[in-house]
Parts: sequence; structure tokens; C-alpha cells
Amino acid sequence: MYAHRVAKPLAGLLFLLAVTAAHAASFGMPDLMQMLSQQPSGKATFVEKKTLAVLKEPLESSGELSFTAPDRLEKRTLKPKPEAIVLVGDRLTLERSDGRKMTVSLSDRPEAAAFVESIRATLSGDRGALERYYAIALDGTAGNWQLTLTPLQARMQKIISQIRISGARAQVKTISFLQADGDRSDMTITSTAAR
Amino acid sequence: MKPLPQKIILALWAAAMLAAIAVIAQTRFIADLSAFMPKTPSVRQQMLVDQLRDGAIARLVLVGIEGGSAEERARLSRQLTGKLARDPQFASVQDGDAATSERDQRYYFDNRYLLSPAVTPARFGAAGMHQAIQDMIDELSGDAGLAIKPLLPRDPTGETLRIIDQFGGDTPPRTDNGVWVSRDGQRAVLMAQLAESGLNTDAQARALDSIRAAFSALPNRSAGTRLVMSGTSVLSVASRDTIQGEVARLATVGTVLVVCLLLLIYRSPMLLLLGLVPVVSGALAGIAAVSLAFGHVHGLTLGFGTTLIGEAVDYSIYLFMQRSDGAHPSGFWRTIRLGVLTSIVGFAALLSSSFPGLSQLGLYSISGLVAAALVTRYVLPGLIPAGARLRNLTRFGALLQRVFDGLARFYWLIAAAGVLATALVVVNRDTLWNHSLTALSPITKAQSQLDLQLRGDLGGNDTRYVASFTAPDQESALVASERVDAVLSRLARAQTIGGFHAPSQLLPSLAMQAARRSALPDERAARQNLQTAVAGLPLSADKLEGFLADLRAARAQAPLTRAALAGTASGMLLDSMLIKRPDGYLVLMPLRPSGEGAHGDQIDLDRVRAALGAARLGQVTVIDLLEETTGIFDSYTHEALILSGFGCLAILLLLAIACGPRRAGVVAFPLVCAVLCDVALLHLAGITLTILHLVGLLLVVAIGSNYALFFVSDDVGDTRKMETSLVIANLATVMSFGLLGTSSVPVLSYIGSTVAIGAFLALLFAAMLARVRPHAHPV
Repeated sequence: MYAHRVAKPLAGLLFLLAVTAAHAASFGMPDLMQMLSQQPSGKATFVEKKTLAVLKEPLESSGELSFTAPDRLEKRTLKPKPEAIVLVGDRLTLERSDGRKMTVSLSDRPEAAAFVESIRATLSGDRGALERYYAIALDGTAGNWQLTLTPLQARMQKIISQIRISGARAQVKTISFLQADGDRSDMTITSTAAR
Repeated sequence: MKPLPQKIILALWAAAMLAAIAVIAQTRFIADLSAFMPKTPSVRQQMLVDQLRDGAIARLVLVGIEGGSAEERARLSRQLTGKLARDPQFASVQDGDAATSERDQRYYFDNRYLLSPAVTPARFGAAGMHQAIQDMIDELSGDAGLAIKPLLPRDPTGETLRIIDQFGGDTPPRTDNGVWVSRDGQRAVLMAQLAESGLNTDAQARALDSIRAAFSALPNRSAGTRLVMSGTSVLSVASRDTIQGEVARLATVGTVLVVCLLLLIYRSPMLLLLGLVPVVSGALAGIAAVSLAFGHVHGLTLGFGTTLIGEAVDYSIYLFMQRSDGAHPSGFWRTIRLGVLTSIVGFAALLSSSFPGLSQLGLYSISGLVAAALVTRYVLPGLIPAGARLRNLTRFGALLQRVFDGLARFYWLIAAAGVLATALVVVNRDTLWNHSLTALSPITKAQSQLDLQLRGDLGGNDTRYVASFTAPDQESALVASERVDAVLSRLARAQTIGGFHAPSQLLPSLAMQAARRSALPDERAARQNLQTAVAGLPLSADKLEGFLADLRAARAQAPLTRAALAGTASGMLLDSMLIKRPDGYLVLMPLRPSGEGAHGDQIDLDRVRAALGAARLGQVTVIDLLEETTGIFDSYTHEALILSGFGCLAILLLLAIACGPRRAGVVAFPLVCAVLCDVALLHLAGITLTILHLVGLLLVVAIGSNYALFFVSDDVGDTRKMETSLVIANLATVMSFGLLGTSSVPVLSYIGSTVAIGAFLALLFAAMLARVRPHAHPV
């Protein structure tokens, strides 16, 4: 598709730029949410890098992510220590490597809810859920967008200063959590199956 | 024996009544569930009793604040907590405020080297430290990394996490505006732990009133806000209030009804007052006797007392009505004596019940009836003024005779009804009985609904499964708790149980604390080990100076005592598990089911017992409170069945000895039919029988035999007079028991309805059968 476009003459390129610019100007939250909400499910692998001031080098963990619309999100870490979080509706279950499970209700934990909704609401294109917890800014184009979430709750602000999510069309590519103390975690997501 | 002069009898009687009043004035009246607990309990039953009396559930008051805005509820919750925390009636008050949870977190963090179950000498060697720090870094890279990050510099071996691991699986209440709120957020919730044991209902009632008073006095409270409370103490105070209210109502209405009936018949205030003398004497004697024997009187016994009005008044009715020309027929007193004796025999069966409620009833009835009969026999005749004349009831008597004569033609109906009732009872024998203790509870549905909700709000204080033991002192209690902890931890890993709480998790024994302290390396060794340990880890030792400083402090730290937990929620939890009693300590450790699999809400207690037994911890009792409560109740029912059976048999035997076997059969037949029809009628009305119905049936036999005795007695004088007096006595009985049947307290209404129906049938059947026997009196 791109090859075809690059082969166009100058006029064609100018036209394309104009179209893209016009697109960028008109690409907004409704479009992004619409795109995301049309993807019912998907599987992906992730690599998460945590940069902490107290440690000499970043910590890396990796595993699998899967999302099933409308509300099931599973993050299964395989390395360095197997564990999983499974979110279904209001229930968040932590599975530890020793097999122990702990289930909490999101409505009991506003901070945890804010945290997990940043991912789940983005994946499902649920603007209402995002806006409940965050001030939202969207940049870029449909093919390369960046979503910046700033927590609304004072208690959440003490932990997280910003969440940055980037993607192309309905694919979420990176999620970065910027912590209030300067530490950060960056997750790179590679899709393995159609979402 | 020369009869005593009337003056001496009167003086004796007055003295006895004064003594009874003096005893009653000192009596403690209770109305809690403990009266339903066995007198001589098994080990497990004793634990159940302990749990109900001293356990967390008995002393916990769950408080909710509803209405108004979330902010106002939070403010009221904080203000109420502040007020109650200063009140010595409460051991502890918690509203989930941040300050308290900070105190808890601080307690665990500051004392982690004495509290962490992972602390051993090996863990603080170079290799052990390396592994522990590596584990902590792995945790950091995981999903909970953000939450545990602040711990790392001072706790790189993750001791705080090992402490928290022990409590895994608990669901803390939801927090909003800095206080606990219900699941839906519409109610602020707090918990208060009473200082008094669960046994003292008076103290509990005072404490609950203090909460109400404190709430209504809160400043700037909007009118829409209201207080709701629940918990075992609230329920027992409420049930006591219900019972007390009912007792007062029943006594008043019962007295008024009987007074009206007697006035209608006697038309003489003098005779009326005299008729009430044995009633009042009997009631006073009964309460005083129970108080002396049991040390307290249960409200139910008192409520039951109102029925004594209906029974004791019978004697004076017989006395006044069967008197002719100032004297009584020769067989009169013999018949009365036999009637009293059969009643006593019936109630004596209850006296030996292991159910304190029943044995109180038995004692109360026996002493009350004996007193009433004695007063009727010896005091009353001397008090009747010579000129007292009873209204002529001949016309009423004649009418009665005609009615009975008419009915007597249908005598075969009695046998038919008896056979039908027997068939019905036999066919439905499996659905006749109600096995739930709550069937007797005077708690309303709304109350128990609220209780469930509040418990759910506060993180499901479900204490169905409990492991318990006693120890002579705190240290040995905590040492034992540590041994039990080791076994239960294994079971939790194997998913046999979901989790548990142990007092030693919150406050380890001094021995354990000393062992952990001595496991910590001295400063030089610690520094050296740490240097070696961090090799190959992305963490440099110079960021961990705080860790070394904390280790140094822990080595010099004084042992933890209960005082270190002051003002924490954990302290409240500890108090609920480690209970000081006059003779030592009671430890109650709640177990939680795993929640996994088909029976995830249940625990296989046999496996828990086996594991404890294998660890030579056989002294630890593990019970399922639900099963135990149901079991106790079933055993009561079973026992009551046997005792009532024996009671009825004894009555028959007594009758056989007193009047000969043939006549005893004649007396018994209408009684048996009345009892059977009574059961069948209750069953047809959709009522499942409880132990109280059984008591009611025994009463039917005891009262009914009096009627039957008069009918078969050959020398009771004027049959018409006798019959009239019996019908009036029966009316009084049916009235007072029927009134009891309308009570909102199940225990009272069960007995009331059973006896009212049964006594009426007993008289009817006896009167009808008296007419068809060959030796019946000429009409």
C-alpha cells in the first residue's frame, strides 16, 4: 500500500500530504474510540521495562496479553516470575507464582480501577470509562496516534503523573506509565493475532 | 396431724411471698441465645458457647450511617468514632480512617524483623540475602511492583511482604472519603468492639444506647441521616426488648382477660381478688425458684409465666364452684392433688433437660403449680368470707349439659379423628420437625437482613469455621498458636483451607521474638553479607544503608507486647482471637474456606483435624459453628422428644397407680386423641414443629389430665357444678394460652397455640367420652 503511494509522482505526494494533514486535523477521540471498539478481541505479547531510580538498570518482564471484548483483560507475565492478572468485569484476580489467588472488586479500589481502566477502556474504546478517571489528550493521526491520560483523582496523581499510550489504527503499540517520583514503566505490545 | 391455725398459715404464706419478692428483686433477667446452649456441653459445644460469649462476633457491633451526602456520612463516622473511642464501654472502635491503617502499616513495617515468619539465621547469611533480594526484585518487576517499590530501600529482603502474605485472601472493606463504606457506597460503616463479654446483655444494652446517644448528639447532623446497628449484641438486646415487651403485654392482657371472665362468672370483686391470690403466689414462687436455682431467669420463662395465670386460676375456680354449703365433696381434694401430681410429673421430665431454657420452664411450672395448689388448699379457704355466695350458675350448667349430651352422640368422631391424625402424623413424620435454631429466634427478617448486609460491607466477618484451644497464660497461648499456624499454613498451601488468622501472626510469643532477634546478624556481619549478596544484582549496597540501620535497631529492640498494637485494627483482631478469661486464655482462630471447587465454601474439617492430630495438637478443637448449632438444636429436639415421652408415660403410670389401670386408660384415651389431633391440626396449618410445640403437647397432657380426672372420679359431688367449673377453667386456660399464641416471639406463640388447641380438645373429648361409658354419672 505504501509502496504504491511512494511510487506516485510529486503531485500525488503533495495530494497525499494534504489529505493526511486534513485527516490529522479531523482525527479525534470519537474516531479513535470508534476504531478501537470495532476490534472485539486480540492476543499480543508484551515486554515491560521498568526504570527505577533505586536500581542500577531497568527491570524487564515479558509475557502475553489478551483482551476479549467487552471487559475481559488478561495479563500473563512469564518472565522473570510467572504471575497473572485477570480482569473480568468488576473483578480483578491476581494469580501468584505459588498458585495463590486473590480477587478484589474494582469498585472497592478506586486506584486500581483507574489503573486497569487506562488499558481496558482504551482497548475497548470506552471513552466514558477513560474520562471517569483521566483528562484525555489525543495527538497524531489514525495511523500513528498518541493518547495522553492525566489522572483526575488526587490520590492517583500521587502515584501516576501521566499515562501515554500510542498506537496505529486499532493496534495499541506502547503504554508508558510515568510515576510521580520520576520512575517509569514502558510496555511494548506486539500483536500476535487479529484483535 | 393437727391442722395449723389459720393465722400461722397466713403468716407463713406472707413470709414466703415476701421472701420470693426479695429474691426476684435481686434477679438478673436475660434473653440472649446463651440460654439455648447446653448445660453440660461437649468440648465442641463448649467452644460454641465460648464463641457466642467471648468471641469476636459476640462483642462486635456493626454500625452503619445512612442518608445525607457521602461527605457528611464520612464526617459523622469520624466524629462518632472519636466520641466512642473515649468511652470505656468499647474496647476498640474502627472506621477505616487512614490514620489507623497507617498505624497498622507502621506496626508491621517497624517490627518486621520480629514479625516476619521468614526470619531465620540462614536468610541473613550472604546466600540467603542474595536470594531474598533477588525475589524482591522479581516482585518489583511484576504487577505489584508499584506498590512495593517504596519498601525496597529499607526492606530489601521483603519481610513486610512475608507478613502480609499470611493475611492473603482477606477482603478489606471499601473506603471512601477516608472511612469504610458499604459495597454500594451509600452507607458509612464502622465497627465497635464491646469491652464487656457477650453474656452481659444489660451492659450491651447500655453500650448500644451510648452509641445512639453519641450519634444523635453529633454536631451539624442533617435530619436525613440515621444510624443502623447490628451484630450479635444488637440482636440479643433487640430480642430481649421484644421478649420483655411481649411479656409485659401478655401479662397485662392475660390478667385483664381472666379478670373479666372471672368477674362475669363470680360477679364478686371479693371472689375475684381471692381467685387471683394463688395465681400471683404461684408466679412469684416460680420466678424466685428459678432465680435461686439458675442464678438468673430467662425472659422466655417469664413470658411463659403468663400461662400460669390460666392454669393456677383453675384451682380457685374448682374451689369456688364445686363448694356446696361451705364444704367440698369428699373426693375433691384427692382429685386436685392427683391433678397437681400429674402436672408435676410432666414438668419434672423437662427439669432434667440439658437445654437450660427447658429446665427453667420445668422448675418454674412445678414450683408455681405447687405454690398455687398449696395456697388454694390451705390459704384460700380461710380467706373466703362466710357470707360469700357464688352466683347461681345452674342455668349455664344445664345448657352446658345439653350441649355435651348432644355432642356425646358423635363420640365415635373422637376415635376417627384420632386414627386420621395418627395416619397424618405417621405419613408426614419426616416433615413434621423444624431443625433450625432460628425458628425460635425472635429476630425479625429485616434485622437479620441488615446484619447480613453490614457483615458483607465489613469484609464478610464470616466465622463459620473456628479452631480453638485454651492455655494457662498468654505466652503458652501464643506458642501453641505458632504450632497451629505451622499446620494451618501447610493446609492453606494445599488449598484444604483458604486461609486463617492466628494471634501469633500479630503478636508472636516472646520465645519466637527472641529466636528471630537472635537470627539477625550483628552490624559487621550484616554489612559483609550484604556486600556479597548484592553481587550480580541491579542494586548497590550503598542504597541500602536504611536496611542496615533497621537491622541494627531490631537487634536492640525490646520485645513486642499487646501495648505496641494500641490504636490499630490489628489490635482489635488480636483481642478477638486471644481472649483473657479468669482461668487463662481462650484462643479462637477463624479459618476461611478456599473458595475453589464445587464445595469451595466449605472446609473438610476431618482433614484439618487429622493434620492437627498428626502434629500432636489434639487439644485444638476445630468446629463448624453452623453444623454445631444445628446439631445442638437437633439434640434438644431429640431429647425433648424422649423427655416428653417419658413425661407422658410417667403421668399415665401415676394415673394407673392412683385410679387403677382401667380408669387410667379411660383418662388417657381422650388425652391421646387430643394430642394427636393437635399435632395434625398444627401440621395442616403449615407449621413445622419445634421443641416448643413438644413442650406445649406435654402441657396439654398435664392440664388435660386434670379435666379427665374429674370426669372419671366417682365422688366429685354435683356433676353439673363440676362440669361448669371445668368449662370455665378451660376457658381461662384457652384464653391465656391463645393470647400467648398471638405473640410475636416464636417461642411463646408456639407453646400458646399448641396448648390452646390441645386443652380445648382435651376437655371436649373428656366430656363427650364421660357420657358414653357404662359407669358414667346419671345425667
